[in-house]
Amino acid sequence: MTEPTPLDVDRIRKDFPILSRTVRGGRPLVYLDSGATSQKPVQVLDAERHFYEHINAAVHRGAHQLAEEATDAYESARHTISAFVGGQPEDLVFTKNATESLNLVTYSFLNATLKAARGLELPEGGAHFVLEPGDEIVITEMEHHANLVPWQELCSKTGATLRWIPLTDDGRLNLSTLDTLINERTKCVSIVHQSNILGTINDVVLIGEHAARVKSLFVVDACQSIPHMPVDVGTLGADLVAWSGHKMLGPTGIGCLWGRSEVLAAMPPFISGGSMIRKVTMEGTTFADPPQRFEAGVPMTAQAVGLAAAADYLTDLGMANVAAHEHALTGYALDGLESIPGVRIIGPRNNVERGGAISFVVDGIHAHDVGQVLDDRGVAVRVGHHCAAPVCQRYGVTATVRASFGVYNGFDDVDSLVAAVKDAKQFFGVTD
Amino acid sequence: MRLDQMYQEVILDHYKNPHGKGLVEPFDSQVHHVNPTCGDEITLRVKLSGAAGSQVVESVSFDSQGCSISQASASVLHDQVEGVSLDQAFLTLDEFSSLMKSATAEMTLDEELLGDAIAFEGVAQYPARIKCALLAWMAFKDAAVQATSAAQPAGDE
Repeated sequence: MTEPTPLDVDRIRKDFPILSRTVRGGRPLVYLDSGATSQKPVQVLDAERHFYEHINAAVHRGAHQLAEEATDAYESARHTISAFVGGQPEDLVFTKNATESLNLVTYSFLNATLKAARGLELPEGGAHFVLEPGDEIVITEMEHHANLVPWQELCSKTGATLRWIPLTDDGRLNLSTLDTLINERTKCVSIVHQSNILGTINDVVLIGEHAARVKSLFVVDACQSIPHMPVDVGTLGADLVAWSGHKMLGPTGIGCLWGRSEVLAAMPPFISGGSMIRKVTMEGTTFADPPQRFEAGVPMTAQAVGLAAAADYLTDLGMANVAAHEHALTGYALDGLESIPGVRIIGPRNNVERGGAISFVVDGIHAHDVGQVLDDRGVAVRVGHHCAAPVCQRYGVTATVRASFGVYNGFDDVDSLVAAVKDAKQFFGVTD
Repeated sequence: MRLDQMYQEVILDHYKNPHGKGLVEPFDSQVHHVNPTCGDEITLRVKLSGAAGSQVVESVSFDSQGCSISQASASVLHDQVEGVSLDQAFLTLDEFSSLMKSATAEMTLDEELLGDAIAFEGVAQYPARIKCALLAWMAFKDAAVQATSAAQPAGDE
C-alpha cells in the first residue's frame, strides 16, 4: 500500500527528543503541525548550547577573543544558510522572523517614499521604492496575513493600490488574470511560494517573468517551501525571498531575507540604531552596506548558529529526498481523508504542485471540535483560519483543520490522523 | 476520559438545539463579537425593561457561527439571563467567569445561578477553549452595558 520513501523516519525520529513524549494522559504524540512550527533535532539544540557554553559574546563589536569567535560563528552561519538556498552570504539578512523580513521590504518602500517627499537622498536605485497614488502592488488571494497586512498598511499610507491574483475553485491561482493584473503601474509583486493553508505550490518562475517584463520588484514568501523542497533563490526569478528559521527545524527568533545585491543596496534601512551605521554625528548618520544595514542592534547569534545546524541537518537528508518523502505522505493522506464520508479538502485534491499542508473540514463538526478530538487522541493539528482568513472566506468556511508534515512524520502518523477524524465523527454522532 | 468531561451531554444538546438563536425585535442594543484566533462570530441583542435600578432582561437573542462550545454557551446564556433581573444576570456572568478560571482556584459555585452552565466546568481544563465558552457571555456584558447607558437620560451625570 505504501512504498518506501527516501527518508528513514525511524532513525530521524531519534534525533527529535520531543517526539518521544506523551500527551493527554499517556498518548504518543503525533505531531502534524509543522506548518505552524517544526520540531528541533538535537543537532540544533546542541549547536545553540555549544555556542552559549563556549563562544557567547556580542558580535561585530569588542576586540576580545570571544567576540572574534562569536562574530566568526555568526558570519559562518550566514555562509551556511545562504549556501543552503543557493545564495551568497552578503545577500542574506537575518531578521526576527519572516513577518519581519516582509515588513523590512514594505517599510523600505514607505521610508523611501517619505524620504523622497522631503527631498532626502536615497541609496542608488532607491527611486524604485518610491510609491505614488496610482502605483500598484500585486499579491494573491492565498497570502498568509504576513504577506497581506503589511502591503495593506503600505498602500493605505502611500495611496498605492493593492491588487491580488484570485483563487480558482480547486485552490490554485487563476493565472489568466496575470496579463492585466501585472502591468506598467505595478511596482511590486509579492507572492507565496507554497500556501500555508491550501498547500498549493505556485508557479513562481512564471509570475516572476510577468513581474520582470514590467520591471516590477518581485518578492517571494518561501516560509512553506524552503523547509520542504529544494529551493535555489538564483533560479526563482525573485528579487527578494523571505522565510523563517523555526519552520525549517531551526530555533524561533530568527528569520531570513535574501535579496539580489543591487536590490538590497537600493533599499533604505528599516530598523535603525547600532551596528547598521557607517558614520554618526549629532547632525546625521550614513548607513552601512547590506546586510549590516538591516541588522540593527546585537543580533540573534545563537539562533543563527542553530539555524545553520538545521540547514546542515536538512542538507544531510537531501532536500530532494525530503520533498519526495512529504509528497508520498501527502498523497497517502489525501486518499485517506477523502475516503471518509463528509470530509472535504480545502485546496488542491490532486497531488501535483502541492505540498504537505492539508486543510479540510468535516461536515457537521466545527473545525475546533474536530481538533479537540484529534488532540485527545494525541494528534496535534492546527485549527482555525491559519492566518489566511480571506482564503476561508473564499471557500465559505469559518475555519479548517490543517495537518502538515515534516521530515519526522511517517505513514503511521497519517493512519493516526485518519483514525482520529473517524473518531471525531463518531463522538459527535455524525452519520454518513 | 477528559473529552467526555468537556463535551458533556447537556452541552451537546444545547449545541444541537440552541435556545435563543435567531435575532428578535425589538431590542435596546446589538453587539458583534469575534474570536480572532478561530473566526467564531456572534451577533447578540438585548432588550431591558423596568426602571433604572430594577431593570429586567426582557430578551436575549443571538445569531452566531462557531464551535459546539461557543454555540452551546450562547444557548445556556439565553436560558440563564433572559427574564431575570439585570443584577442577577451580572451575578451569573461573574459566576460563569469564575467557573472558567476554576482550573487554578478552589471555589464554591452557585449552581442555582449557573444552571446548565455548570456543565462547562470541563472546558476550563482546556485554556484554548475558554474563549469559546466566554464569547457569548462577553457579548452579553457589552450589550447589557450599552443598553443600560442608552436608558440613562442624556446629560445625567
